[in-house]
Amino acid sequence: MASGIDNVFGIHEQALRLRAQRTELLASNLANADTPGYKAKDIDFEAALSSAMSGSGGQETALKTTSKGHIKNISGGDMDGWIKYRVPHQPALDGNTVESHVEQAAFARNAVEYQATLQFLGGKSRGLLQAIKGSE
Amino acid sequence: MFNIFDISGSAMNAQSVRLNTVASNLANADTVSSTPDQVYQAKHPIFSELLQEAGGKQGAAGVQVKEIVESTAPPLVRYEPNHPLADAQGNIYSPNINMVEEMANMMSASRSYQNNVEVFNTSKQLLMATLNLGR
Repeated sequence: MASGIDNVFGIHEQALRLRAQRTELLASNLANADTPGYKAKDIDFEAALSSAMSGSGGQETALKTTSKGHIKNISGGDMDGWIKYRVPHQPALDGNTVESHVEQAAFARNAVEYQATLQFLGGKSRGLLQAIKGSE
Repeated sequence: MFNIFDISGSAMNAQSVRLNTVASNLANADTVSSTPDQVYQAKHPIFSELLQEAGGKQGAAGVQVKEIVESTAPPLVRYEPNHPLADAQGNIYSPNINMVEEMANMMSASRSYQNNVEVFNTSKQLLMATLNLGR
């Protein structure tokens, strides 16, 4: 195991964090289903995850450090730069673009995917524990 | 992820205010008075986005009831000279409440409330599963 114990969770660590943040965003969409002028938001998950894996932040937040004195961009792994407004099928007259059924479907899917990521993480840690203790 | 409890909680709060105003409007639909100024006016809450002060950089937002506005619809005038509250012309005034609108509002509020309860429960399950990770 030359890769080190901190790499054992691989992509799932970042994936779990992104899914948790996406859950928040979708919950906020559902909470604001009746708020006039509220625009539904979501993240471009694939792009955000690949950016989190490569360690750079979102599009807007990725700052270049050209001098030693520059503070390094520490927002890597966050989804801030990847939040996009959803394109509604039927926007309401009051400017609200939340479509409850779309958000519910996205929320349910995200919840299942979160659980899948948890399963992966659990499996990894169980495997590690077994390797440490030896098979019993 | 703990923000979700705040977000869904604020939405449930806002929807219950909305349900309360509907209940108040329906309850007072038959409240008559002797002058047009004293007539009960239908109340409607105005929702607005509540951006998180701390840790809300992800763009997630709750809901708040910004204000409760009173309807400006003119009261209905009925000619009932035998009514104890009738004025000199024999008129009584009752609030101009649209029952269909109020009932639709009530259903929409209760559905939204249920939606947020569902989100709340799902998030709680996910968090509990996360806390049990590695056991």
